[in-house]
Amino acid sequence: MTDASMPETSPSSKHTSSLLQQDVRTKKRNASEARFKAYGAIAIGIAILALVALMTSILANGSSAFRQTFISLDVYLDPAKLDKDGTRDPEAIAKVSTFGYAPLIKAAFDKEFEKPEIGLEGMKSSEAAKMISKEGPAELRRYVLENPDMIGETVRFDFLAGGRIDGYFKGRVTMESAERDKNVSPEQLQLADQLKAAGLLKTKFNWGFLTRADASENRPEAAGLGVAILGSFYMMIVVLVLALPIGVAASIYLEEFAPKNWFTDIIEVNISNLAAVPSIVFGILGLAIFINFAHLPQSAPIVGGLVLTLMTLPTIIIATRASLKAVPPSIRDAALGIGASKMQSVFHHVLPLAAPGILTGTIIGLAQALGETAPLLLIGMVAFVRDFPSAPPEGFFDPAAALPVQVYNWTQRSDPAFVERASGAIIVLLVFLLIMNAIAIILRRRFERRW
Amino acid sequence: MSAGLIILVVLLIACAGFFVGRSRAIATAGGDIRNLHSRPNYYGLTVALFSAAPALMIAVLWLLLQPLYIEGQVSEMIAPADIPEGGSLSLVMTDVRRIADGLDVAVDAGTLTEDRIEDMRADLSDLRTRLGEVGIAVASEVRQNVFMAAKTYRELAAKLRLAMAVIVIGASLAGAAFSLLRINPDYRARNVSEHAIKALLILSSSVAILTTVGIIFSLLFETLHFFRLYPAKDFFFSSIWNPQFQGGSDLGILPLLWGTLYVSFVALIFAVPIGLLAAVYLSEYASKHVRSFAKPAIEILAGIPTIVYGLFALITVGPLLRDYFAEPLGLGNSSSSVLTAGVVLGIMLIPFVSSLSDDVINAVPQAMRDGSYGLGATKSETIKQVILPAALPGIVGAVLLAASRAIGETMIVVMGAGAAAKLSLNPFEAMTTITVKIVSQLTGDTEFASPETLVAFALGLSLFVVTLGLNVLALYIVRKYREQYE
Repeated sequence: MTDASMPETSPSSKHTSSLLQQDVRTKKRNASEARFKAYGAIAIGIAILALVALMTSILANGSSAFRQTFISLDVYLDPAKLDKDGTRDPEAIAKVSTFGYAPLIKAAFDKEFEKPEIGLEGMKSSEAAKMISKEGPAELRRYVLENPDMIGETVRFDFLAGGRIDGYFKGRVTMESAERDKNVSPEQLQLADQLKAAGLLKTKFNWGFLTRADASENRPEAAGLGVAILGSFYMMIVVLVLALPIGVAASIYLEEFAPKNWFTDIIEVNISNLAAVPSIVFGILGLAIFINFAHLPQSAPIVGGLVLTLMTLPTIIIATRASLKAVPPSIRDAALGIGASKMQSVFHHVLPLAAPGILTGTIIGLAQALGETAPLLLIGMVAFVRDFPSAPPEGFFDPAAALPVQVYNWTQRSDPAFVERASGAIIVLLVFLLIMNAIAIILRRRFERRW
Repeated sequence: MSAGLIILVVLLIACAGFFVGRSRAIATAGGDIRNLHSRPNYYGLTVALFSAAPALMIAVLWLLLQPLYIEGQVSEMIAPADIPEGGSLSLVMTDVRRIADGLDVAVDAGTLTEDRIEDMRADLSDLRTRLGEVGIAVASEVRQNVFMAAKTYRELAAKLRLAMAVIVIGASLAGAAFSLLRINPDYRARNVSEHAIKALLILSSSVAILTTVGIIFSLLFETLHFFRLYPAKDFFFSSIWNPQFQGGSDLGILPLLWGTLYVSFVALIFAVPIGLLAAVYLSEYASKHVRSFAKPAIEILAGIPTIVYGLFALITVGPLLRDYFAEPLGLGNSSSSVLTAGVVLGIMLIPFVSSLSDDVINAVPQAMRDGSYGLGATKSETIKQVILPAALPGIVGAVLLAASRAIGETMIVVMGAGAAAKLSLNPFEAMTTITVKIVSQLTGDTEFASPETLVAFALGLSLFVVTLGLNVLALYIVRKYREQYE
């Protein structure tokens, strides 16, 4: 027998360890574990908090842009002012400028003042007429030019209220701030309250925000997104028509045909680098090549579309290659086995099977392109455009705005009402992005195959 | 005949060629397609390809070269005396082009006739008003030579347009006839058309190369132009940025570089710890329930366009930092500041850092975790002492990629950082970055004659070189790291 001895377990040993009681060091380690876990949770919390703050800020500032204050007035279309000769000749009527219509609105207020519940001591109708947007007379004129028969009649007309009056009902303008503001007086605000009580002033959904063109600095109430939405839509068409075929063709070559050589290596390196080039550099490229060298028109959707195409290509190529790679080789082998050429096997079998993945990638690429701003600033999309571009294909060469650039444009203006407009435009942009991403997710869920 | 119409005609010829070729193939086979080498559609396809591809290539080349040729011819007609004080030939040529376009528009609108343009030698005074009527603004009084040049420009353009129509449509018809004659039952139509399609595929994939070449050349060319007007030494080493549009500006890149690096530094200080910890938490700690909610939420941050972040900086973060930090601390009263832009840029980078680090952390083999747990380490000890050191090269790569993103980001800094070029340490002060100045120097001005606009290209080239360098370095590190485990 070896004289093995048990280690002495003396009660005086320093390391008394018990399963039931943690020692100091374990406690320390567990505390540090808990702390580390808390850091992680805090990091997630900050990220989610940032998302919530971002969304709340945009929604809180922007949702009011979809509601607008209108003032309803009975306007007598005075033939003595609009059509002196009484011939109803469209050209004669067109000679009356916008200024000629302002007195009609004044007269309409005069009539309202005859009612007992409306009107303030010493307030003139010319003062009251300033509550109407400067766009009001122009709208009236447009209406008369379209309906010359209505001259001589009394028409009930919903005028846009001025930006300050609108701001009063949205809480942006108060009686105190009106005192210091030269664009609005407290009396006008009181009159606005009276009109509201009489049911003549209403706040309702503002379709104009989605359909109107941009408006100048001092009439924020009339500014809309119509031209910007149309311009963005045109650009998306250009991107789709160019980027999808080129991207798919490039991916097919690289994934299915390309031999491993220096040429394909260069292409691969280029694509991964292009995906990381700052977007503003693409703007410089567009300015130098498409505008200065090729003399394409400035602020045209075609130039914006071309620049965005070049930016979107890497995204589409990467997505397409991933979904081509996901099609199992047995499909190709089967096609080749029954006598198809390589090209036939790709176009007749592989490509249709990869189509859902390609479409998903394309939609995500388009969504990125829709939100891109910086390169568009350089190619002149910041210009103030009031006219809608005409129908394609000429429309691609007409000046237009773009949704994200319109947001930037509005933030550069001094009237605080434009902040509301800009946030509202962001909401529209985000809704578009949400729809596109939702379509992409549905496509993926519905058609994605696992082999 | 406009270029669009010519291309449409070519496409129609190709379409018709497809059907003619197809039926001709069937006819040569005596109606039995088993006698054909390929399926009938391939015969049609060869005809369509032969009639469209060469003709369209000629058309594109023509459209690229025609303006160069005309400019060369017309610019000889401009005497040195016609170039105004302080102007340049290219400015006069812009006027020539504009007048020529204006004459076209005026003729279309009916305010001028071809005969009147022919007679309009002595009296040019009303040309400007007439062009104004159709919406073409001509800046200065039109000089005799400039007008004559514009007339020649129009005539040449019209002649060349006609020549182009004849040649392009001729090429298309010739291609169609050539390939139609080649059709017989032994003609290997499938192989021919597949070769052609493969050429198209290769052409499409070289668009990526063309884009890079275009970026490099447009930047390099205009930058060299800039350095001819402004000394390179002053650009790289001067600490004053003060563009004056009447000339004599100081265009030093240093204050812009400082602003760019400062903003990016603040953004990374904010984004890297949060992104990294979030990735660690999501991959090592989070329950399935938390992950299914937190991961998409962070990914949403990545899908939001930068203009939205810019607006967030402008209307929320900027005023918040000013009212609660800068003003009480007496550090500044501007709502746009380095900190505003940095924090918002940081928020934008969180998902970027976290998804990249997530990949890297997941690539660490499970065996290393198991080994660490087996030795009795806690989770956090395993993460801190095993996983993070193993993932370090990948994380460094992710941080470098994030830095390159931050340096190249435009909208957030345009709306959040301000426009004052300063060398200062105070994060509550407005400073400016390279991208902001590119936007402000190029927006709305495209006459590339003055150093004040050309400097934007030099700035763009610096930006391109820096971001490309960071990307290449990051990819190199990441790739090197991956080789260790796979």
